[in-house]
Amino acid sequence: MGGLIKSSIARKVAMALSGLFLVFFLLQHFTINFTSIFSADTFNELSHFMGTNPLVQFALQPVLIFGVVFHFVMGFVLEIKNRNARAVKYAKYSGGENASWVSRNMIYSGLVILAFLGLHFYDFWIPEMVHKYVEFAPEDPTRYYPELLHKFVSPVRTGLYAVSFVFLALHLWHGFASSFQSVGFNNKYSVAATKFAKAFAIVIPLGFIIIALVLHLNHNH
Amino acid sequence: MSILDSKIPEGPLADKWTKHKNTINLVNPANKRNIDIIVVGTGLAGGSAAATLAELGYNVKTFCYSDSPRRAHSIAAQGGINAAKNYQGDGDSNYRLFYDTIKGGDYRSREANVYRLAEVSGNIIDQCVAQGVPFAREYGGLLDNRSFGGVLVSRTFYAKGQTGQQLLLGAYSAMNRQINRGKIEAFNRHEMLDLVKIDGKARGIIARDLVTGEIERHSAHAVVLATGGYGNVFFLSTNAMGSNVMAAWRAHRRGAFFANPCYTQIHPTCIPVSGDHQSKLTLMSESLRNDGRIWVPKRIEDAEAIRAGKLKPTQLAEEERDYYLERRYPAFGNLVPRDVASRAAKERCDAGFGVNKTGEAVYLDFASAIQRYGKEKALTSGMHNPTADEIRELGEKVIEDKYGNLFQMYEKIVDENPYKTPMMIYPAVHYTMGGLWVDYNLQTTIPGCYAAGEANFSDHGANRLGASALMQGLADGYFVLPYTIGDYLSHDIRTGKIPTDTPEFDEAEKHVTDRIEKLMGGSGQHSVDYYHKKLGKIMWNKCGMSRNEKDLKSAIDEIAALREDFWKNVKVPGEANGMNPELEKAGRVADFLELGEVFAKDALDRNESCGGHFREESVEQSGEQKGEALRDDKNFKYVSAWEYMGDPKDAKLHKEDLVFENIELKTRSYK
Amino acid sequence: MNLTLKIWRQKDAASKGAIVDYQVKGIEGDMSFLEMLDVLNEELIVKGEEPVVFDHDCREGICGACSLQINGEPHGPDRLVTTCQLHMRKFNDGDTIYIEPFRAKAFPVVKDLMVDRSSFDRIQHAGGYISVNTSGNTIDANAIPVNKDDADDAFAAATCIGCGACVAACKNASAMLFTSAKVSQFALLPQGQIEATDRVLAMVNQMDEEGFGNCTNTGACEIECPKGISLENIARMNREYLKASLKG
Repeated sequence: MGGLIKSSIARKVAMALSGLFLVFFLLQHFTINFTSIFSADTFNELSHFMGTNPLVQFALQPVLIFGVVFHFVMGFVLEIKNRNARAVKYAKYSGGENASWVSRNMIYSGLVILAFLGLHFYDFWIPEMVHKYVEFAPEDPTRYYPELLHKFVSPVRTGLYAVSFVFLALHLWHGFASSFQSVGFNNKYSVAATKFAKAFAIVIPLGFIIIALVLHLNHNH
Repeated sequence: MSILDSKIPEGPLADKWTKHKNTINLVNPANKRNIDIIVVGTGLAGGSAAATLAELGYNVKTFCYSDSPRRAHSIAAQGGINAAKNYQGDGDSNYRLFYDTIKGGDYRSREANVYRLAEVSGNIIDQCVAQGVPFAREYGGLLDNRSFGGVLVSRTFYAKGQTGQQLLLGAYSAMNRQINRGKIEAFNRHEMLDLVKIDGKARGIIARDLVTGEIERHSAHAVVLATGGYGNVFFLSTNAMGSNVMAAWRAHRRGAFFANPCYTQIHPTCIPVSGDHQSKLTLMSESLRNDGRIWVPKRIEDAEAIRAGKLKPTQLAEEERDYYLERRYPAFGNLVPRDVASRAAKERCDAGFGVNKTGEAVYLDFASAIQRYGKEKALTSGMHNPTADEIRELGEKVIEDKYGNLFQMYEKIVDENPYKTPMMIYPAVHYTMGGLWVDYNLQTTIPGCYAAGEANFSDHGANRLGASALMQGLADGYFVLPYTIGDYLSHDIRTGKIPTDTPEFDEAEKHVTDRIEKLMGGSGQHSVDYYHKKLGKIMWNKCGMSRNEKDLKSAIDEIAALREDFWKNVKVPGEANGMNPELEKAGRVADFLELGEVFAKDALDRNESCGGHFREESVEQSGEQKGEALRDDKNFKYVSAWEYMGDPKDAKLHKEDLVFENIELKTRSYK
Repeated sequence: MNLTLKIWRQKDAASKGAIVDYQVKGIEGDMSFLEMLDVLNEELIVKGEEPVVFDHDCREGICGACSLQINGEPHGPDRLVTTCQLHMRKFNDGDTIYIEPFRAKAFPVVKDLMVDRSSFDRIQHAGGYISVNTSGNTIDANAIPVNKDDADDAFAAATCIGCGACVAACKNASAMLFTSAKVSQFALLPQGQIEATDRVLAMVNQMDEEGFGNCTNTGACEIECPKGISLENIARMNREYLKASLKG
């Protein structure tokens, strides 16, 4: 692995594969969250399973964390390397003439998502960890939905979530489709695959925004 | 008996090369490691020679002025490469290719050289395919051919309009393999400024590192010059900006004879000059003449109105147009050879019928072809009453499929849509058949100094056929030189490395640095381009498509005067010890100013019309051919080889008589 | 038309450079961009100043020598042309035009607008060839049939002129389009299959050593490429590279 990751293409493929893994996670996360807007029970049930299943907690969760960290660290490494590849900058550079804003600014959309993850961890993951592994509080399978609802009371937080999801959409808009190219997938199915990726990039973050808004409104009712 | 020994092997034409290869001396592989060869120029001829020599085991040093061998001007060749493969089964053979080349060259080339060229042509294609050159193919996966330049068979292999590029990249890739093996040391951005002779033999060169300005000494057991043609003596040509005669001219000054300098190919279909700022000319492939009709207005008033922008060509009716090629040459029409088409265009423009603002352009019109193809297409696609617009649209589509990239290029440069209004074209200097005189082994009159590709004079006579330049460059480099040079080097196996700290190198280096100093020391009235443009004007007006005694004599005087003025008043800014493109240009133009005069002298000597060389004094006086070029085999069936004697005006002419044992000399007729 | 030019001047590789302003007058639309620079240089020479140095040679868009980042884009605002084919009619009277060298760590400036692209050559030395002897007799050309579509694709990849616009355009100064074009040409042909594994590994390795950036699939290279070399080549090289890595 060490030798393989030394080459630019290997780094690129690693970036793509970790990205694809995170996309898959996102889909899973979205599916569970989505249940919250029509069935609190289903949401509780699924959350309880995810929160207590040892396989999820002690195998998938570390893998996921590794994936997230790897994707970020590699993203930063690539960004630094890429900046170094052009030591003297152009006085005038018309990047917008030949490439989309999102493709040129993945580092910024990524940074927003990173900041959001901080907030998100602070909101859910850290309390969850403390609850389970520090305080060893007794498990109540119905606690998840009220906790969730409680987080979206604040319009500011709801707004922050919504804005972050917009950046997630931007990041996915380039990143998801681009990962196919990175792993060498470019053939007659590419157009369809790209369309799917772009649709995914819109639908999933939009779904998250809707969930946040619905939860926010539900609480006020 | 001339002092020129062409060293043509004895025996029947078809056996000469094989026999020669079997009898010449070879160098054993262990000894090759002790022998150095310098190759100057890395286009098709130089690149292929360097790769092959390195592969044989010699230590090769290559030199080119570009930043990479891949940029040599061979890359710009569009049409294709001829080879007598007979894949189409249309009766092609080595003999036919040989015959076509001799005839196309107007019987002014050596039979033995040309036959060898035809003989190895097939091998070139095998070689290129093996190294991954992506030639055009048919659906069955086999190689495709097209016909070219009025010959009767389909023998041209091609890669769309970029055949030269693909072949050059093939040779460059072969070089890369040897560079990777350490057998070629590539000196890019280097220019050869002199040839070093020791005991009469070529033993090295003086080169300038164009980035640092450093003058370097390089020794070798043999020097190969593959430095291309000298078309830029005309300033405007289809050559690259940097194409120059310096290396060949430096060798000439050291004793290599310069052959047939006046043989220049002027290509009929180039985009016309648009103004004084023009820096170079762009070729439009000859294939356009298959469908385009060439014309100018019949009435001079119409031509004037067009030039003034008051009239559009499309407003002129059929009967108001003069399709002069069809009128003069009913048998061949728009498909007459390059030299004939070029002269005819000049004749009309000189008579005042030119159609662009400079008065030097004729129309190449696709309207008839669009109509013809449109109707044909409408019929085959089952349209019963197609409208005029529909026909036009269908026709334009057919034309686009055939020539789309050329039409696009024209539109980019001229900013007119050639589907709607006729193209404007004019002849331009394209290729020089003349060059360093070489014997059958491609050795110049300096032992150990070889010339390959366009830099030598050997195979095209007075006119080159389309798609033959690539063939000759690669034949010389891949298949001829590597054999013949071994014969010479077999005497050098005990010589050992040639030292560079000898008086001969000292002298040559001093010569070079003195010259640079002199160039830098001009009074500074005019730029190098000022002189180059002036020289170009003299050459074009007096040594161009049509030449006469009076003009040639005055050209000789004018060039000599211009040269004198150049050395006194040229301005070269900057310093010699660093990157200085003006200094590079100055050195090149200084040599063009000498070559130009010998060129005119050669044209003056050759009082006959043959191929690209047309003397107004030598035309058919009567009969069907009245006014056409008249070749004079009785008096001029020779190669002119000029020996350097100091001043260009003192250049001494040597003649190599051309012997035709296998071909009967005939008049070319296109009526 | 009259123009203001903001041109990068730099004495040599070791010196520091800067943008210098120039005015040119009487520029015609029929001039190519390089002919416009010729006009400026002629004026500078007559004034006794050093002309602006830039790479150029064939001036018909095929040698790949000319470069120039014009108003922030390699080869200027027009598409599918090199700088030598860019005509001044694309600009307006009074325009200000930035003219800079192609910038990348792997393309150090030689002088003014001229850069050293020998890194491209070294990538080619590493494996951009098929190891067949040129002096010997090889098999007949038609003994190696090639599927027409593959041959056409190989040709399309082989039309790369090595100008470096892909690197200049890329925000990461990546040379993936260039390298992949050569890898693709050979990968698509049966003749190239034999050395495919070693070739892609060696060429990518050299590309990385030269200090080019990483590809992030922005697609700028394809848009700016004067020869329209396709991004598909990059995907193909990624595939070839993965295959080769797993094999080797």
